[in-house]
Amino acid sequence: MSFGEVTLELLQGFGTTCMLFALTLVLSLPLGLLLGLASMSKFKPLKVVVRVFIWVIRGTPLMLQIIIIMFGPGLLGLHFSWPSRAFAAVVAFVINYSCYFAVIYRGGFESVPKGQYEAGQVLGMKKHQIFFHVVLFQVFRHILPPMSNEILTLVKDTSLAQVISVGEIIFVAQDIMNNIYVIYPLFYAGVFYLVFCGILTLLFGWLEKKTKFYKV
Amino acid sequence: METIAKTEASPFLEVKNYRKRFGENEVLKGISFTLHKGEVLAIIGSSGGGKTTLLRCLNFLEIPDEGELYLGGERLFGADEKVKVSDARVREKRLHFGLVFQQFNLFPQYTVFKNITLAQALLARQELARKKKAFAQARKSAPKEKRAQLKAEQKKILAEIRANQRSSIEQRTLALLERVGLSEKKDAYPFELSGGQQQRVAIARALALSPDILCFDEPTSALDPELTGEVLKVIKGLKSSDSTMIVVTHEMEFARSVADHVIFIADGQIEEEGTPEEVFGSPKSEKTQAFLRKSLEELF
Repeated sequence: MSFGEVTLELLQGFGTTCMLFALTLVLSLPLGLLLGLASMSKFKPLKVVVRVFIWVIRGTPLMLQIIIIMFGPGLLGLHFSWPSRAFAAVVAFVINYSCYFAVIYRGGFESVPKGQYEAGQVLGMKKHQIFFHVVLFQVFRHILPPMSNEILTLVKDTSLAQVISVGEIIFVAQDIMNNIYVIYPLFYAGVFYLVFCGILTLLFGWLEKKTKFYKV
Repeated sequence: METIAKTEASPFLEVKNYRKRFGENEVLKGISFTLHKGEVLAIIGSSGGGKTTLLRCLNFLEIPDEGELYLGGERLFGADEKVKVSDARVREKRLHFGLVFQQFNLFPQYTVFKNITLAQALLARQELARKKKAFAQARKSAPKEKRAQLKAEQKKILAEIRANQRSSIEQRTLALLERVGLSEKKDAYPFELSGGQQQRVAIARALALSPDILCFDEPTSALDPELTGEVLKVIKGLKSSDSTMIVVTHEMEFARSVADHVIFIADGQIEEEGTPEEVFGSPKSEKTQAFLRKSLEELF
């Protein structure tokens, strides 16, 4: 197997990795916002349920969650199967990352002084107007650093999908290793992550700079 | 002669028996007062006496447990109303009052100009949406062949309204900035301004919605001493026959020179009230005397 062939196969695996990453991000950012808002709800039962859920998800290994999502329905005797293993992996990632994002969002909302809400209120703004026109940007700016942290972690966590044999890049690399008895494809796969994370880091740095036009 | 006429006219604002408790702590223990249009009311008293809570209740940031409020003869609030008031109704009521906070609470991500225009623009947008809805209704009831023409006409009218709203908001905002002496800071962000300037922007922002009664919650307490003067000057400049104001303040000199009426609150109750001459000149209550003596001591 030539270097070129290895590259081609790894690129295919990396495509799957990117797909897992992008789908998880797009779905868990809004879902995490909902969970975050629910975890601050004035309606106690909702708040308690959500906080317990977040505790369970953050308190157990992601790998375990992937396995449970994949095989759980079958083990419970349900006539249900996921359209694909990658689908099940995305579901697990979305659940897991929504919970982490929820806590980050909550921190963001709690960082906005009460006076900002009150200023909106006495100016006759509606709740959603205060949310979108006053609070949201301040939250966004505040949570950028922890968000970028979590999102970089997600890039690498996608490799856990290999426990249910999703053909992401590490899975592919290991496969090649076992076939041609060399270890370099694994390190080579690491370079893909490194470059991808480098691009994301630059992107987040740019966003942070763009939003730093005011001080508090 | 004029003062007699004033007292005989029915009051513009009437607060009756306001009570508010937070848990075990009763902060307002039955506050009643009246205020005439164009008057300035100063509320003085030591910290924790309930002055700020009273202002917050007037602005519906807190809902009193007991009491009634009349504005211009209309009953605006009654704690005995059983039905829960809708969010929209509360907002409507709030617009009668403006509030300037101790901590300014400007929106940090917006320029001075946008801070002042934001609420106006949102209200204008709502008005436009209502108009749009009415237009759509009118289209539905029009004969089919005329609808396209009607739609084009309506579009024109809406564009006109939008342009008018825009320019009137802009003019109004520029005039307000001039009034608080910050025309040249229009495009600055709040963090680029001194505390005194920020508070002047906050005053302009509150005035932008032309509230019936403008409230100030210790507007100079968060400022360095050398910056209080400019803010007090602006507030003094607002005094006119049609602007009614309530000022919670620790600045006794200011209260004495600006207020038409002074209320001294201690421990959730009105301990003494009257004209500035009465309250500052010859206080009847011992608590008032002690408070005034103490605030004088702090001055020297």
